[in-house]
Amino acid sequence: MNVLICGVGGQGVLLFSELLSGTALAAGLDVKKSEVHGMAQRGGSVNTHVRFGAKVYSPLIEEGTADLVVAFEKLETARYLHFLSPKGKLLYDAYRHEPLPVQLGMVERSADEDLDSRIAGRAENRVLVPAFETARKLGNPRVQNVVMLGAASRLLEFPAEVYREQIRDKVKAKFVDLNLEAFERGAGLVQA
Amino acid sequence: MSRRLLSGDEAIARGAWEAGCHVAAAYPGTPSTEILEALATYDDVYCEWSVNEKVAMEVALGASISGARALATMKHVGLNVAADPFFSAAYIGANGGLVVVTADDPGLHSSQNEQDNRWYGMAAKVPVLCPSDSQEAKDLTRLAFDISEQFDIPVLLRITTRIAHSSTVVECQDRVARPVKGYEKNPKKTIILPAFARLRHVDLEGRIDRLLEYSEKTEWNRVERGSGKLGIICDGVAYQYAREVFPDASYLKLGMVHPFPAELVRRFAAEVDELVAIEEVDPFIEMQVKALGLGIAGKDKLPRWYELSPRVVRESLTDSAEPVEKEAGLPNRPPGLCPGCPHTGLFFALQKQDVIIGGDIGCYTLGALPPHSSMDTCIDMGASITFAHGSDKALGLTDKRRRVAVIGDSTFFHSGMTGLVNTAYNRSDVVTIIADNRTTGMTGHQQHPGTGTTLMGEKTIEVDPAAIARACGIDKVVEVDPYRVMETRKKLRAVLKEPGPAVVISRRPCALLVRLRNEPRKVDREKCIGCKTCIRLGCPAISMDDGKSSIAETVCVGCGMCVDVCPKDAIS
Repeated sequence: MNVLICGVGGQGVLLFSELLSGTALAAGLDVKKSEVHGMAQRGGSVNTHVRFGAKVYSPLIEEGTADLVVAFEKLETARYLHFLSPKGKLLYDAYRHEPLPVQLGMVERSADEDLDSRIAGRAENRVLVPAFETARKLGNPRVQNVVMLGAASRLLEFPAEVYREQIRDKVKAKFVDLNLEAFERGAGLVQA
Repeated sequence: MSRRLLSGDEAIARGAWEAGCHVAAAYPGTPSTEILEALATYDDVYCEWSVNEKVAMEVALGASISGARALATMKHVGLNVAADPFFSAAYIGANGGLVVVTADDPGLHSSQNEQDNRWYGMAAKVPVLCPSDSQEAKDLTRLAFDISEQFDIPVLLRITTRIAHSSTVVECQDRVARPVKGYEKNPKKTIILPAFARLRHVDLEGRIDRLLEYSEKTEWNRVERGSGKLGIICDGVAYQYAREVFPDASYLKLGMVHPFPAELVRRFAAEVDELVAIEEVDPFIEMQVKALGLGIAGKDKLPRWYELSPRVVRESLTDSAEPVEKEAGLPNRPPGLCPGCPHTGLFFALQKQDVIIGGDIGCYTLGALPPHSSMDTCIDMGASITFAHGSDKALGLTDKRRRVAVIGDSTFFHSGMTGLVNTAYNRSDVVTIIADNRTTGMTGHQQHPGTGTTLMGEKTIEVDPAAIARACGIDKVVEVDPYRVMETRKKLRAVLKEPGPAVVISRRPCALLVRLRNEPRKVDREKCIGCKTCIRLGCPAISMDDGKSSIAETVCVGCGMCVDVCPKDAIS
């Protein structure tokens, strides 16, 4: 199983990947998770690769072979479409955060219609997840990632309780309840 | 035993702890930083952030000579800084096991080059181990300590970003505690005066010969026989990519790439019809196979730059790769300074100054990019001050642009101090700006001599860069608060006008270190004239909306720099 997660630095892509890979490990599978720290993270485009199964060699997913792409931002969704396999599923948030060159007026903003048509053209099997809005309504936009995890859990094989265990284990104590709630809300946004 | 998901860095820390390591030293550098951060969470190991990699290497060597198991970790370019003691360490050898980790960065995710440090093993005559995942990273770290003691030699463990920052399953074991052996005087070994060093060189050649025998036999250089006729020789993460693309091939997987097991390679070559070396960056394996007179494919097909991946291996070495097109024409998303970053105010203050600016290594290197574009060079750690000095000596009075250096606090302690002494001693008119954000920002907030705490959480002295500047005989030392942007600009302009060396300390903690909890700022659209002055801060919270400035409330941390620079008082 190949899961590619992408978004903008600060959106919680790394925690999502940690919770998902921890879940796969707890389920007894071989797991590899690949990410990059350092300068690449400072508000830049962030992606992590999570692979699990009986035996995994490469920590990187090959382009065109992701079974699931989880995208936290619309422009980043388009940027990583080429990782999706022809039968792969896309979970994406239409939330937008413009890159600095666009904010500075040096580069033109991509129109919603342009991004929508790119997404529609390459991801037949896609679900729009309003994770940012859901998180905001919960009172903290930072749990967008765990709303997304709840949504993704509906498309993966692990029981919800294994994810909840990971959340209790890896999230700061005072935020556990909020994140468990975010997970449930996310799961409610997607049909299995 | 427990089964855990560990990054390569965490696995090396675990391996060092299990191996009974006593002393570990490092300077932070992506992708190696997390090794010492992880090791410091274990009991029984003394861990420190040394001032730079040369110091870390010498600390580890000192501990090794004194009979402790010792570890020094650094990024690839850090080994350049530490190369002098590293070469000496090969001559001297190890009393307690001495392991050096180099974390290379193919793809330049967070580095200034993609040098391949396997060559360092060959050049310094030191064995080189290359793990392919976290389990191997842990196991090879343990082995490295054993080899180091068995052969009286430092061992270089070479990882890459994909090993360092990929998490894979690791079977953890307990620590094998061992006492520090203790120190006995042995001047012919530990004092490398020419007369003694001549003998140590001959001895070293003997040690590396015995290591060659080891390399020929170790289970870490292993053949995995497949059904196909293709034979692949590989190391590191390249092995994993090759496995995905060529499941039927035979493999010679090298866990120890130096000394190079020539006889093993010959036997492997005789078993297969066709040989290919799959390795990242340089043809380190390929060249040594060719030196045996064997034919092998490699960098004639694979790229000599950037990371490999399953896709790159498939496209380079097979005809079966179906094209996968990236979406074209999307705006890039380069990294930028964070909301509330104090460097923002400093670089805004430097905009439109007619100066030549030597930059340095850290988050503030992003000041080279628009909208600041306030940097002429970025070379290596500490080179801002020395570049500016060299430029000052070259241009003298023929060029009126003042020579300026911008350097972070951690980088200043790393290797800026020596440059500053040189500037003072050799009398140039450089203005050195120390962007003091009270931490090592880029690598994730490590302590340094200016922070008053150590890696192990102990209180310590706080070294003051201003006092260092004064001790160098530089009288003009000015402190500014970069959040007070306009005042900073005024003070900077005053300093730049007057001749003579000066040091400006721009002091404000990193916005991620001391998080602001202020209310987000708001733009009064009636007052805003759309002049874009605030946009020139390059703050990720500020953009133009229908001709007026607009602040994203979920991004803004309320630092108020935009309030300070707005000429119409439109932001509050």
